[in-house]
Amino acid sequence: MAFSLHGVKVPHRKNTANIAAVKMASPATVVLPTAMHIGAPATPVVKVGDHVDIGTLVAAANGAVSSPVYSSVSGTVKKIDDFLTSAGRYVPAIVIESDGADTVADITPPQVDSKESFIEAVKLSGLVGLGGAGFPTYLKFATDKPVEQLIINGTECEPYITSDTRTMIDDADSIADAINIIDKYFDIKEYIIGIENNKKEAIAEMKKIAESNSKVKVKVLPSRYPQGGEKVLIYNTTGKVVKAGCLPADVGVLVFNCTTMAYISRFIKTGMPLVAKTITVDGGAVKEPKNVTAPIGTSLKDVFDFCGGFTTEPSKVLYGGPMMGITVPSLDAPVLKQTNAVLALTAKETRIPAQTSCIRCGTCANTCPLGIDPAAIAKNYEAGNIEVLGKLGIQVCMECGCCSFNCPAARPLVQTNKLAKAAYRDYMTNKNKEENK
Amino acid sequence: MENLLHISVSPHIHGTKSTRGFMFDVILALLPAAIAGTVIFGAKALLVIAVCVGTCVVSEFLFNLILKQKQTISDLSAVVTGLLLALNLSVNVPLWQAIVGSVFAIIIVKCFFGGLGCNVVNPAITARVFMLIAFGSMTASAFPKALDTVAGATPLAELAAGTVPSLKDLFLGNVGGTIGETCSLALLIGAAYLLIKKVISWHIPVSFIATVFIFALCVEGFDFTTALAWVLSGGLLIGAFFMATDYVTSPTTPLGSIIFGIGAGLITSLIRFWGVYPEGVSFAILLMNILNPFIDKLTARKVFGGNAK
Repeated sequence: MAFSLHGVKVPHRKNTANIAAVKMASPATVVLPTAMHIGAPATPVVKVGDHVDIGTLVAAANGAVSSPVYSSVSGTVKKIDDFLTSAGRYVPAIVIESDGADTVADITPPQVDSKESFIEAVKLSGLVGLGGAGFPTYLKFATDKPVEQLIINGTECEPYITSDTRTMIDDADSIADAINIIDKYFDIKEYIIGIENNKKEAIAEMKKIAESNSKVKVKVLPSRYPQGGEKVLIYNTTGKVVKAGCLPADVGVLVFNCTTMAYISRFIKTGMPLVAKTITVDGGAVKEPKNVTAPIGTSLKDVFDFCGGFTTEPSKVLYGGPMMGITVPSLDAPVLKQTNAVLALTAKETRIPAQTSCIRCGTCANTCPLGIDPAAIAKNYEAGNIEVLGKLGIQVCMECGCCSFNCPAARPLVQTNKLAKAAYRDYMTNKNKEENK
Repeated sequence: MENLLHISVSPHIHGTKSTRGFMFDVILALLPAAIAGTVIFGAKALLVIAVCVGTCVVSEFLFNLILKQKQTISDLSAVVTGLLLALNLSVNVPLWQAIVGSVFAIIIVKCFFGGLGCNVVNPAITARVFMLIAFGSMTASAFPKALDTVAGATPLAELAAGTVPSLKDLFLGNVGGTIGETCSLALLIGAAYLLIKKVISWHIPVSFIATVFIFALCVEGFDFTTALAWVLSGGLLIGAFFMATDYVTSPTTPLGSIIFGIGAGLITSLIRFWGVYPEGVSFAILLMNILNPFIDKLTARKVFGGNAK
C-alpha cells in the first residue's frame, strides 16, 4: 500500500539561515502565561512581591498533562494577571519586573539513573514540544509501548523559520548527547534525523553524529511542505502509517523536534529549565531579520525592537510560520516556550487573490498530504451533512494549509475544515450520549 | 491597544494560482486557434467570436444584475465560454443563432444551475449540441477561402467516404470545418502552453486522443496514416484539450481523468463510425460530463491512515 503524500512547494524565504542566534538582554518585564503547553494550565506558586531568580519555579505542573513554568529573569513578581491564550481561554499569567541583575536560582543537575528518573527530570524541565505544538515532552517518553524508532524532526518545512536549522548547526553536540542519554534508558533500535534537502550545513553536522553512532541515520528529504508534519515525516522516514485516531507510539515511533532534543541534554547537564528560547524574527516588515535567543515572556514588541523595529507597518504578526502560524492581536503578546518564530508580514506578503466559487479543479484534494478532499468537506459541511464528514476523514486533517495555499478560488478551506472538525466532534459526542442513555 | 493587527486563520500566504489566472491562460491558449481561424476563413470569423464573447459576458452581467447577485464577469469564465463556442461554430453561422447559442450556454447551462463551478455540463459544448440539433448541421459547413471548391467535403465526410485527406492540410487547417477546429498546429501550440503552465494535466487529452487513435487503427485495418487523419479531423483536438479538460465538469483525480478520457474517446469513435452524425466529440464530452460525479465518487483518493470508524 504505497501512498503518495503530495503537499505543496512553498517559497523558502530562509533569510536568516546563515545568521547564528544573537542573545537578547533581559527585558524590563516578562509575562509568563501558565498555559504554554497542551493540557491543564500550571498553578502559580509565587505571590505578588516575591523575589525570583532565573530558573525559579513560578507555576507548578497541575495534573497528568501539564508542565511547570520557571522565571526567565531575576526580579519581582508584579502581578498575576488574566491572559488570553490564542486558543481563546483565559489563564493566569505571572508578570515579573526584571531587576536587571540576571541572578540565577540555586539549581543543580537532576539525578538521572533510570527511565523513571529520566522522565521525571524531563517533566521538571518544563520542556514542551518546541516545534510549535507544545505537547509536554515527558508524556511522549512515558509510553509503555515498545519504541523501535525515535525520529528527530529537523525538517523545518515552514517558510522563513531557521531556528531549528541553527540548533542543528550550532548545537549539534547537544543533539548527539541527547541521543546518548536516551539510548541509556530506552531500548530503541534506530534514531532517524529527518532534514529537508535545502539545509546543506545542518545535514553535514547531523551526518557527523551518524558517523560516530551506528544507531543514528540521517534521512534527507525533499523540500516539500509539510514534510515535518508528524504523520508525513513518520511515513517518509520509516514507511509506517499512523492510523486515524492513533499516536506515533502505537506504531513504535517517537518524534521529537531537534531543538527539543538539544534542550533535553542541556537540562540533564545543567539543570537549567526552559527559560529562554531561540526564535527566528523575520517577515517583510522587519528591519533586521535574525535569530534571537530571548527570555521566555519577552513581549514581541521588545523582540522586534531588538531587530531594528519595522520598516513598514506589519499587516499580520504571527507566532510560527506563514502556513500554520497563529496571528496575534497586539505586540504585547509574549514569546512562549513553543514559539519557534515571530513574523511580521506586510500586506503584500499576505495578499490573497479574489475569492470565487469553487471551480472543482481538484487542486485541494490532489495536494492534501493526507488524501482528504477539502472541497467535498466544505460542500457537506455547508449542507449540514455532518455524519458524512467522518467518512471523508475530517478528523485526520492536521490543518497544514496546503489546500488553502493552492486554491485558485481562494476558498477558506482550512477555516471550513476547522469548523467541520468541531461540528463532527460535537455530533459524535451527542450521538454517543444518546446511545448510552 | 491603539493599533490592532489583522487576525485570521492560517495559512497567511497564498500560492500563485487564481481562477482568473487560469481563465486568462485558457484565453491565451485559444488565441492561436482564433487567429488561424481568421486567416483561414476570413474576417467574419472575428465577428462571430466577438458576438459570442460579447453575448456571453453581457448575459452573465445582466443575470447577476437582475438577480441582485455579486458580479462575477471579472473571473473571465464567460469570455472562455464565448470564445470556445465561437471556435466551435461555422464562420457562416447566422449571427442571431450565435447569440441564441451564447445566451443558452450562459443563462440556461451555467447561471440556472448556480453559476461558475455549479454547472453539471460544459456550457460551450452543450450550446454547440443544442445548436446542432435546433438549427441543423451548421457546425461544419464552411470551407477555407483558399480552396477553389465551393462545396467540398469536410475531412470527416471524406474519411467516411473512404478517401484520406492530406495530413499536411489537416495540420495547417486547410480543410472545411468550424472556425477553431481545423488548424491542428494552432491547437497544439495552445495545448502545449496549458500543459507547461500546468493549467491542465495530460490525463484527459492523452487518454481521449489515444482511444480515438487506437479505435481508428483497429477499424481501418492498422493503417497509421488514416488513423492519424481521424485524430486530426473534426473537433477532437479542440475538444480533448480545451473542452473535456474543463475543471467543473471533469474528474478531479488522475485515474478518474483517464477513465473520463477513454469513455469520451469510445463514444466519439462509435458515433464517428456508426452514428447518424459525422462528428461525435461534443456528444461524447456531454455524456461523460453527466457521468462525471459517478467517476469522481469511484476514484476518490483514500484518506491516509484510513477513515474513522
